[in-house]
Order: sequence, then C-alpha cells, then structure tokens
Amino acid sequence: MNLHEYQARDILRRHGIPVPPGEVASTPAEARAIAERLGGKVVVKAQVHAGGRGKAGGVRLADGADAAKAAASAILGMTIKGLSVQKVLVAAAAEIASESYVGIIVDRASQRPVLIVSSAGGIDIEEVAAKTPEKIHRLAVDPRYGLLPHQALTLGFALYKDVKQARAAADIMQRLYTAVYAVGASLAEINPLVTTPDGSVQALDAKIGIDDNELERRPDIAALRDLSAEAPAEVAAREAGLTFIKLDGFVGCCVNGAGLAMATMDLVKYYGGEPANFLDIGGSSNPQKVVSALRIITADPNVKAILFNIFGGITRGDDVANGIAQATQQFPLKVPIVIRLTGTNEREGIAILERAGFTAVTDMDEAVRQAVAKARGKGA
Amino acid sequence: MSIFIDRSTRLVVQGITGRDGSFHTKQMIDYGTKVVAGVTPGKGGQRVEDTVPVFNTVAEAVHETQANTAVIYVPAAVAASAIFEAADSGIALIICITEGIPVLDMTRVLPYVHERGTRLVGPNCPGLISPGKSKVGIIPGNICNPGKIGVVSRSGTLTYEIIHQLSTNGLGQSTCVGIGGDPLIGTNFIHCLAAFEADAETTAIVMIGEIGGTDEQQAAEFVRDNVKKPVIGFIAGQTAPPGRRMGHAGAIISGASGTAADKMAALAQAGISVMKRPADVVPLLKERL
Repeated sequence: MNLHEYQARDILRRHGIPVPPGEVASTPAEARAIAERLGGKVVVKAQVHAGGRGKAGGVRLADGADAAKAAASAILGMTIKGLSVQKVLVAAAAEIASESYVGIIVDRASQRPVLIVSSAGGIDIEEVAAKTPEKIHRLAVDPRYGLLPHQALTLGFALYKDVKQARAAADIMQRLYTAVYAVGASLAEINPLVTTPDGSVQALDAKIGIDDNELERRPDIAALRDLSAEAPAEVAAREAGLTFIKLDGFVGCCVNGAGLAMATMDLVKYYGGEPANFLDIGGSSNPQKVVSALRIITADPNVKAILFNIFGGITRGDDVANGIAQATQQFPLKVPIVIRLTGTNEREGIAILERAGFTAVTDMDEAVRQAVAKARGKGA
Repeated sequence: MSIFIDRSTRLVVQGITGRDGSFHTKQMIDYGTKVVAGVTPGKGGQRVEDTVPVFNTVAEAVHETQANTAVIYVPAAVAASAIFEAADSGIALIICITEGIPVLDMTRVLPYVHERGTRLVGPNCPGLISPGKSKVGIIPGNICNPGKIGVVSRSGTLTYEIIHQLSTNGLGQSTCVGIGGDPLIGTNFIHCLAAFEADAETTAIVMIGEIGGTDEQQAAEFVRDNVKKPVIGFIAGQTAPPGRRMGHAGAIISGASGTAADKMAALAQAGISVMKRPADVVPLLKERL
C-alpha cells in the first residue's frame, strides 16, 4: 500500500525528522486558509499515487493565500496518469541550496534493509543509478543492531562536507530507519533532502510504501488507505479475498495461485489473445470467492470470453464448480466461458459443471486455445 | 537419493491442531511421511489422528521424539515466532508454508536461522516432496511419481502444473522443492541447484521462476559455472505490467531488472533450455537427456 506524500510527511514528523510546515486540503478555500496561516510563499502539490506530478502541472508555487487558492482550484479535480486529484498538500516553500536523496528499501540479495544515499537528489534515483552509479552510496544494515551512529555519519559525509549538516543528515537517516520498522514500510524515501541557505537540512518530499502483510497488525496505518485513489474493481476484489489487477486485454482469467495465473496470462498471449486481468482466487476455494471473481470479471465490458484455470491442491474442484454454478443463477455471464479443472476433486467438480450445463477440459493449453478462439468470435 | 527430505525425515508439525495443519498432517501421514510430533501451545498431551502426540513447545517435541524437521502452518502473525522457536530447538530443516509474513520480520528471522546452520524453506511456499519417500507441506502426492528429475520453483500451483506434465509423460521426480514467492526466503534457487547437482539420483533439473528480483539471473550464473546436469527453465509473468505486485509479494517488476524477458535471456545465455509455456517442459527435457 502506498501512502500519500502528506501521510508520509506526518510519519517523518512524528519521528522527529524536520519537514517544512504544511497541511492537506480538499477544497480551494481550505488551501487558502492553510496558506494564510503559513504566510509567505507556499507550494501546492497534488496528492495522487503517481510519479511525474510536476510535469503534469500538479505542483505549483504560490505567493500568498489568494494565489494558493487559485493553484488549488487548478489542481483539484485534475487527472494525473488516470487518477483524479482529490487532495492537495499546501506547504511552506523552502529555499533550496542543495538536493540529495535518502532511501531505505529491503534488499532481496543481501536480505537486509539497505540505506541508499546520493548527493544527486531531486530526480529519479533509478536514472542516477543507471547513468552515474558512482554518485550512489549503499549500506546494508544488520537488523540485529540497527543503523549504527558511525555508519549513518559516514553516509552523512557522503552527502555534505560540513560536519553539522553531515550530523543532521545522519540523525535523519537513523530516524528514518526507526520509522521503517515502526510503520512496517517496504520502502521509505526522502527525495529531495534539501539544505537551505541558512544551512538547515530538511525533508522536502517523502514517499513511503507499506508492506501489505503489515496492515493486519497496524490498524492505524491500514486506516490511511485512500480507497478513492484505487481502481474500484481492485478494491472490491481485495474485500472479497481475491487478488485482481486489471489489464487492457479481452480474455478474462480466473486462476488459483499467482504463478499459475501469470503463466495462464502468458499462454493467452502465446495463443494470440490478450489477458483482461490477473486474478488469483487464492489457496482456499470458498464458492463465494468464485462468485465474486465472476462478478468482477464480467463487469469489464472488454471481456469477450472467460477462462478458468484451476489446478486443485488446497483448492477443491467441487468448490470452484459450485461457485461457477451459483454465479450463473445470480447474474448472466453474457460471454462464453471455458473451464479447465484438474487436481483435487476434479471428477466431482466436472460432474457439478455438467449438471449446470458447462463442459470442462483438463488440459491447460487446450483450454487457453478455446478461450482465445471464443473471445475472437471464432467458436472453439 | 533425493534432496533435503527422505525416509529419515522425522517431522514435527507446528500448528497441528489448526484447520490447515490438521488437514495436511493427515495427507502427509497417508503419503508415508514420518510425522512424529505436533505442537500447539496449550494442547500438549492430546493426540492427532490417534497417533501423533501434541506438545506445548517444539523443544519438548524434539526431546521426546527426536524430530529433525519442522513444518509450519501457523497464522502469519505468529509465523516468524514459530521459525525462531524451531531454529532454537535444534531443528535442522524448517519448512514454512504460511503466507503473509511481513518482510521486516524476515530480516530478523533469516540471520537467526543462518547463524545456527538451520535450513529454512519458504516462507509462503508449498513445501517439498521426494516422491515415494516423504512429503512435507502441501504438494499433492498423487500428481508426483518417483524418478530422476529435480524440480525447484518459486510458485505453488504452477509447480503442480509442471509436475503433472512430467508425471503424465513418464518422467518421475527425485525431489520437488517450492522455495516460495516472497522477496526474502531461506532457501533459494542456487541452494537447490547445488543440492540437485550433488544428488546421484537426479539426472536433470527443472527450475521455475517468475518476474521480480534477480534470483533467476544469479541462478543462471551458478548453472553456467557449476552445474553439469541439463537444466530446463521457465519464467512466469511475461505479460505482467511493471510496478504491479502480481499476487506473490516477490513478483513485482521494479526498475530495469526483474522482467521476464531479462530473466529468459539470462537463462538462455547460461545454457539453460528455456520453455515458452509449461507444456514445453517434456520435449525440452527429452532433447537434453
């Protein structure tokens, strides 16, 4: 789960990291009031889960309260990469002397949290890593001891020659490291970390991604989820216990297991189709989950055929078949459906499907070929 | 032979009285696995399937039954704790089936098991099976046949699909290992490839990867330098869009690396025969054997 910038800033502030004062607004009038309280120049920033906000016109400088109100009216309701802007952050505009990058991510290779810092901040860090790798400094932290003071200070000196600024940056890194474990972050970035003309070090922009597996034990963090920032079908799927990602194709896919779901999408493409979605019904196969899955898939007008690929293990073929049969009694499917069912309780499942007027195949390639052909209107 | 588990495996099931734990305990016993103990705190003294004694702690179970392998079916919130406990009790091999363990928990678990010399398989994995000898986890026994192909995979049901293709075409398996779909796992491709290379019974290896991370690229380098046996590879997620987590926490393309195309190219460069689809596994293996 991604947090908005204003939510990430709050977390940094709670952990004692200096951020310029600012608040979030949902209306131009609120934005005006915040700018008035802050006084002076402010920056008004769209709060959406998309990169490239600046380029899209979603970040504007405003001199005074009326200008902030005008900037907020222009930005609120704007669409950035398909996402509608519902909120803006209004923050005091800091004067910038230099821009750096500080990030923490859990690294698969070292199996540790890794601190990444660079004096080339403010821009895409992956681009810096690709073009000027010598400007990137990395440190894998031993989680048993945490980020040690001398390690943080060494990285601080990689950013700043001035010892006060190096110490300030080191302090920010240690606080950020603590914040990562405190909120269950899989990624925490300060980009840019700036110095101001008077020499202070501040976090100007922040990005925090939360590990979804942390949400159950952190209700306060889970409450930060912004449902309006997510595709409605994906929200409905999550609430039904499914993993669903919408794609642009025309063959709806319903599979048990993420790896098999990806392989099924790939096979759809292999046989000349385009998958309309990724959908994993998960390990246990409550018939209700299958009903929800079909409801979500059939809501997509691009879907021209539906493909089930079920390899029963924990998932039972009869449960899936019952789900399909129940769904067809509750709402019309409108498009052809091809079912591949094998593994646990295969025979029971196929019998249920036949009673409901469906046929099932047991071979994956055969099912995908049929589904693509039906989606293209060529019959089987 | 086989890798990691065989007839000498003496299994303790953590979470044996839970819904998944009890169901799969029966499946494992029916398959012939020596399930010697179970653990559920507060249920010590009970028996499961009329034969398996339940203990309050793993240490007690090990002391009373000489269990050498543990399988974990407990909920995600307490799964990291279950791994710590098994490692602390001197268990040599821990298989964690549980899905949904926070990655930051794993950053603390992994150094703990590694410094004790314990092998952890998973988490978020289907476990492993050495057909005809022992099964630990949830891989359906009926789709496997004893034989000479080693299978290692990041996936669950996709692994079943590949095993099914092998078995229905007369190619049995020495051991099938599901290493798990999470970003941080205890046993990786390289550990399994090295074990299969050293296993006298295994004649060829099938590795099933997916998008995300660079484990497959590292495995490919290892194969190029260290593996003489034929290796066949598959990468799931060729049609996955960047930046989206495809079900498995580890299956997300970020940055330039981690795409299926990158991984397939790395495998091919290392001399691994690359499948375009699961059904290619049998013809490619027959070509190489």
